[in-house]
Amino acid sequence: MRKIAVQPGDFDANAELAALSANAGGVASFIGVVRGDAGGRALAALRLEHYPGMTEKALERLAEAAEARWALSGCTIIHRIGRLTPGQNIVLVATSSRHRADALAATAYLIDQLKTSAPFWKAEEFADGTAHWVEARESDETAAKAWL
Amino acid sequence: MRILYFAWLREKIGQGEEVFTPPASVTTPRQLIACLRQRGGGYAAAFANEALIRCAIGQEFQPLDAPLGAAGEIAFFPPVTGG
Repeated sequence: MRKIAVQPGDFDANAELAALSANAGGVASFIGVVRGDAGGRALAALRLEHYPGMTEKALERLAEAAEARWALSGCTIIHRIGRLTPGQNIVLVATSSRHRADALAATAYLIDQLKTSAPFWKAEEFADGTAHWVEARESDETAAKAWL
Repeated sequence: MRILYFAWLREKIGQGEEVFTPPASVTTPRQLIACLRQRGGGYAAAFANEALIRCAIGQEFQPLDAPLGAAGEIAFFPPVTGG
């Protein structure tokens, strides 16, 4: 079972995890949430842009790679786009498997890879109305490459 | 070909998409960048630092020196920052 979605609206994490738990021995998940600050300044919102069409293909490919590498019974990736305020969900990555090691590793792999190989871009919007595009972090690149 | 721009490239250029037929001498994204940069203005600003530019040909990530081939769609954007 695989579910990939790119959407402005929120997701119901409980419902998504419940759907994965059928026929599984365990479910692992990661939820990315908008932080309340960036660089020591209060954040008003994050704006998320993506490349429609390519994004979905990139996420499908990541899920395929995870399914080939670990024994998964399910894989769910939901990424939100648009304007998101602090505390709101950005992304859900969840996988299920018979035994915990597969789901835990696959979930970590998917979020590490998503950060460097899916075409999303974040802009930070501050309370004073200024905004800037988030720069890619070398630590994200290092984390993604560690799985190769 | 259809050229797409995302994030700050889109903002600097002032549009997210255009149709453009480059000269036959343009065979790679890097050459296409040089060609677009000559338009000056927002294009010159967006493409000022090639080290910050990534591209996709036919919705697949490719290096700037990859062959354009018969690509119908090419996109330029900064390094991705999702998740």
